[in-house]
Amino acid sequence: MVKMFNISRRGFIRSAGAAGAATIGGLRIPEAWAGVDYKKYAGTKLEANLIKGPRGDLLTKYHKEFTELTGIIIESETIPEQQQRQKAVIELASGKPSFDVVHLSYHVQKRQFEKAGWLADLTPFLSNPNMTAPDLVEGDFTAAGLSYAKNDKGQMHSLPWSVDYFILYYNKEIFDKAKVSVPKTLDEMNELANKLTDTKAGVYGYVGRGLKNANMTLWTNYFLNYGGEFLDAKGNILTDGPEAVAATKCYVDSNKFSPPGVAGFNWMESLAAFAQGRAAMWVDGVGWAPGVENPNQSRIVGKVGYAQVPAGPKGQYSATYGDGIGIAAASTKKEAAYLYCQWAVSKQMGGRLLQIGGGVPFRNSVLNDPEIRSGVKMPKEWLESVVGAGKISKLGLPVIIPVAEFRDLVGAAVTATLSGADPAAELKKAHEQFRPILERSEKG
Amino acid sequence: MDAQVDARHETAKAAVAAPDTSDQLRPPSYWPFVVPAMVVVLAVIVFPWVFTIWMSMHEWKVGAPTTFVGLSNYLRLPTDPRFVESIGHTLVYTVLSVVLPLVFGTFSAVVFHQKFPLRGILRGIFIMPMMATPVAIALVWTMMFHPQLGILNYLLSLVGIPPQLWAFHPSTVIPSLVLVETWQWTPLVMLIVLGGLAAIPSEPYESAMIDGASMWQMFRYITLPLITPFLFIAAMIRMIDAVKAFDIIFAITQGGPGSSSETINVYLYSVAFVYYDIGYGSAIALVFFVLIVMLAAVMLYFRQRMHWNETGGEG
Repeated sequence: MVKMFNISRRGFIRSAGAAGAATIGGLRIPEAWAGVDYKKYAGTKLEANLIKGPRGDLLTKYHKEFTELTGIIIESETIPEQQQRQKAVIELASGKPSFDVVHLSYHVQKRQFEKAGWLADLTPFLSNPNMTAPDLVEGDFTAAGLSYAKNDKGQMHSLPWSVDYFILYYNKEIFDKAKVSVPKTLDEMNELANKLTDTKAGVYGYVGRGLKNANMTLWTNYFLNYGGEFLDAKGNILTDGPEAVAATKCYVDSNKFSPPGVAGFNWMESLAAFAQGRAAMWVDGVGWAPGVENPNQSRIVGKVGYAQVPAGPKGQYSATYGDGIGIAAASTKKEAAYLYCQWAVSKQMGGRLLQIGGGVPFRNSVLNDPEIRSGVKMPKEWLESVVGAGKISKLGLPVIIPVAEFRDLVGAAVTATLSGADPAAELKKAHEQFRPILERSEKG
Repeated sequence: MDAQVDARHETAKAAVAAPDTSDQLRPPSYWPFVVPAMVVVLAVIVFPWVFTIWMSMHEWKVGAPTTFVGLSNYLRLPTDPRFVESIGHTLVYTVLSVVLPLVFGTFSAVVFHQKFPLRGILRGIFIMPMMATPVAIALVWTMMFHPQLGILNYLLSLVGIPPQLWAFHPSTVIPSLVLVETWQWTPLVMLIVLGGLAAIPSEPYESAMIDGASMWQMFRYITLPLITPFLFIAAMIRMIDAVKAFDIIFAITQGGPGSSSETINVYLYSVAFVYYDIGYGSAIALVFFVLIVMLAAVMLYFRQRMHWNETGGEG
């Protein structure tokens, strides 16, 4: 802690003013910046490449505040997810990206970014008290966050920002009417789905993603709870093994009680069916709660229950996905960019993110802070399910380069099983196509 | 007089036999005018093609080193089930997206060619889908296709037809996408055919009426042959549009459910910009180009045959 409170009086007053202006839900600018020489890079211009959505939008909303605090000027672009991923990869591969800071989707890009060496190593910054606030320590991030952010050598090439756990959403009104309780296992969930399905009334017991690619984020919840592991020690893919086949059968059983056409459902159609009261249960990411609790979009506001993904025969896990924020290795403004990344994952910004329901920070200190928790706009049950999911979280996709191909090929096989195809045969066929792709990707 | 003519002939012969060597070496004076166009053609047509061929012969994944692999990307194509399937989807989608707008467009042109009250306003309304943005249309249709919440199933329920799965089931997804395509592009065919109908003289119809021909006979033996050149133009435009269709398919299904609506274009996009496999994507692009050329050649062949018939076999 070399430069404790290295701040001018005027600067302090200005920062305090900004803090006052930025108060949200009883949250003040925390003491996080104490000890950091945060004005050192005043006047530096940074380019940030962010994904359009609650997280990117939140940062953009408070950029002015960051500039007032540090003097660093942010020029950012927020682009829809798919396009941002493409732009980031192409620019980073060119060696001269137009941005210093990049928003990354761990579950898709972790291995690709690591192997290509596109991101700067943040480990030296993290251990530098002039650069890092005392409350930002590795141990504050959840295990899933650290496994996403760290490479094989234990270096941090990004900061874990926001996590997306899968949970079970259920319609309390339908449950109360049928006098049933929350299922504890996947088999119980399927039985219950059968019981709650009333096709004449247009109500189905279950809904979940069936569309190729998108369905893999749901399917892996089944796979993990059936004891599945994505890769063996040598990096061979295992998603066509007996666990995968059994998990797929269970997934198909759940979807027998889904609305017709579920094979084409992404999260949007699933959310619509659930929010319109057409489905009793829905397994998906925690981030959709603002949608189902929004009276303009939902007919079941206040009637939604939140619980953990039911257990399978080999355990209970919540498939986990996440976002991080990192610095391009080619950036010449890494220090200033690091201050920005630190601010993005700070307790203050994480608290705001949680309070608006726009995401769940990877930091335990945010989730456990009573002041932040009291300002959360989502139901208490939702927050409990988030904290509970954190305890049983497991990475929801294999950490490989061709994640998109994996999701497309295996996802198409899983979709085909919804129309009656044999799970073992479909998975085998998909993996015959996927294995050479995986081998090629690891060759270079 | 003859001597003068002979002299001119001799001069001309001499000019042909022995051109001025200095003129031959000097670049023709029109060259500078050609250069800008040549530069543009080289930069935007020739270079991208040569570069695409070069890329297709490399294992080139974004973020990984590039290695020369010869023709192996091309050899991978016939063994890639997704690619093979996507050819079938493209052909089915293209044929339906050409034939249906042609049939409905011709029918509506015949209707709108008649004189009736409010014809102008109705024509204007009819061509409105053509003016809308494809992605916006796709999003609206996605909502309309929704099996539970969509208006299409609601409309069907009013007439006692059970709900359909539309774009949400592998067996109905391509016809559903073609429905959107047909809805949007029938007006274009109608406009082209209307132009053809306006050019047909009224005498053949008068003669046919005197001979007691029915409406269908007049259409089949007078209207149709006379508007066939216009139909070919419409079919050609529609074919080019349908083969390269991407926006509507991608926005509604992203090639799903499964890969049941994945056309070559959608697959090509995934390979190049989602999997970042630039080399293999380039090979697909080249094969796709060959397919388009073949389809265009088939169309031109029929066009030529028609021309041959028109001129009584004289070419």
